[in-house]
Amino acid sequence: MRATAGYVVGIAALAACAVIVHAGPSGGTVSGKVTYEGTPAKQKPIDMSKEPSCAKQHPTPITSETVVTGPSNALDNVVVYVSAGAPDESAPGQAAKFEQKGCQYIPHVLAFQVNQTLEISNADQTSHNIHPLPKVNREWNKSQPPGSAPIDEKYDKPEFIPVKCNIHPWMHGNFAVLKNSHYAVTEGEGGFSLADLPPGKYTITAWHESYGDQSQDVTISGNETKTVNFVFKAKPY
Amino acid sequence: MRTMNISKLILGIVAFLVAPIVVSAQQGESHIGKVSGHADAGRQLYFRYCWGCHGFRGDGNGENGQYLNILPRNFVAATFKCRSTPTGTLPTDQDLFNSLERGLINSNMPSWIELTDQNRADLVAFIKMFSPRWKTEKAGDPIPVPPEPKLTLESIKHGQQLFQKLECWKCHGQEGRGDGPSASTLTDSNDQPIRPYNFAAGSRFKCGTTNHDVYKIFMSGLDGTPMPSFADVVKPDEAWDLVHFLRTLQVAHKSPELTLWESTKEGAEQVALSKVKGTPTGSGVEQ
Repeated sequence: MRATAGYVVGIAALAACAVIVHAGPSGGTVSGKVTYEGTPAKQKPIDMSKEPSCAKQHPTPITSETVVTGPSNALDNVVVYVSAGAPDESAPGQAAKFEQKGCQYIPHVLAFQVNQTLEISNADQTSHNIHPLPKVNREWNKSQPPGSAPIDEKYDKPEFIPVKCNIHPWMHGNFAVLKNSHYAVTEGEGGFSLADLPPGKYTITAWHESYGDQSQDVTISGNETKTVNFVFKAKPY
Repeated sequence: MRTMNISKLILGIVAFLVAPIVVSAQQGESHIGKVSGHADAGRQLYFRYCWGCHGFRGDGNGENGQYLNILPRNFVAATFKCRSTPTGTLPTDQDLFNSLERGLINSNMPSWIELTDQNRADLVAFIKMFSPRWKTEKAGDPIPVPPEPKLTLESIKHGQQLFQKLECWKCHGQEGRGDGPSASTLTDSNDQPIRPYNFAAGSRFKCGTTNHDVYKIFMSGLDGTPMPSFADVVKPDEAWDLVHFLRTLQVAHKSPELTLWESTKEGAEQVALSKVKGTPTGSGVEQ
């Protein structure tokens, strides 16, 4: 009797340990896909003849990136983030990197947190000026000649900020300054996954630079994965 | 030990109580040299002289604003062109005072020199009430401007190299006429078309007339316009070389730099080529 009880207790303890150990991802996940319906506007090829050092890096001209799509109607460059339900987080130590290469911004949409260091570098043979156009944060404009050191900056308020270069008017990018670490930017097949969400009620927002934003509410109760999909209406212009 | 801790605590409490007073003293007040301005007095003046263009909300949407080519300044956004402070920072009271006194050339902002210093100080205090930024941020630290070194030919030549290296000509053009390859596509931060400064046409800059003013313009950048700040990429002594060279582009304005430049063969040729005949604005020019 005592031995069996011992075995039962022992196995129960082991099982409990197993549950605790396997609760590795501490929280639920919200994942899904962002797609579009309709026909998006045609992207125009960019004429870089005014900047020969960049033009020769693109034997086939690149196109504008206001709408970037993937296979099966996937919509890329969509920032999917938790807009309500999660506490604000302090910025991580590593910098978010934004590069000017071939007279293009890489990545086209850069998502990072409030007060996180933004590191901007110029890999081109020509000068660029970095000119983000915020409405809530402070507006600044700095010149970055080739070979100069990366520029470090940060923003202290959440905002979606368009970025341009005045010297090369075809260059457009976006900064997404967010309040917490639960965000993703879609690419390729348009999928996203926001992990490590403690139990609670959340609002998930998807933002696209041309198609606006959409929100959906989701409740996480444990370690489950909830699926949230977004469908944007494409505009023909 | 105990007394030290208590006095630290008292100091902390006093500092905590004084801090909001210090911050709010910035809002509602201005200090320019010996003159102190107050927003209450400024309000009367604003609604007499300024609101027609700058609007009753201070956002540049006054009833005349829509007819102006360069839009009136939006005080709510607190992004100012003419500053002595780094890009992205607030201007000092002196900067705002200077803009009022001088006006902004080639725009519809007149010089308010007929108002008294006290009036202008009061207006500066009132203008600062429009943006919440003045509550939480202090004005930027003014850019250090070292004394101007002696004008030499080497300085001008080095400035010429800088003009090429920094690619100023991309917007300003090789002769500084504002006709560079990127000039025609420039837009300001309100998406309004804007032209780069034409050195050949005049003698005065948007934010002043002296070499010191030019130095501040390209080191602080003109916020809200395509003109960036070069403070991170130009060393202070190099900056003076660039200032000296830029004066030689102002072919319609007699300056010591232009005279020195014209005394050399190379300089004389360049100036002769670029000098527009007839009026400085170019009408009557022989091509």
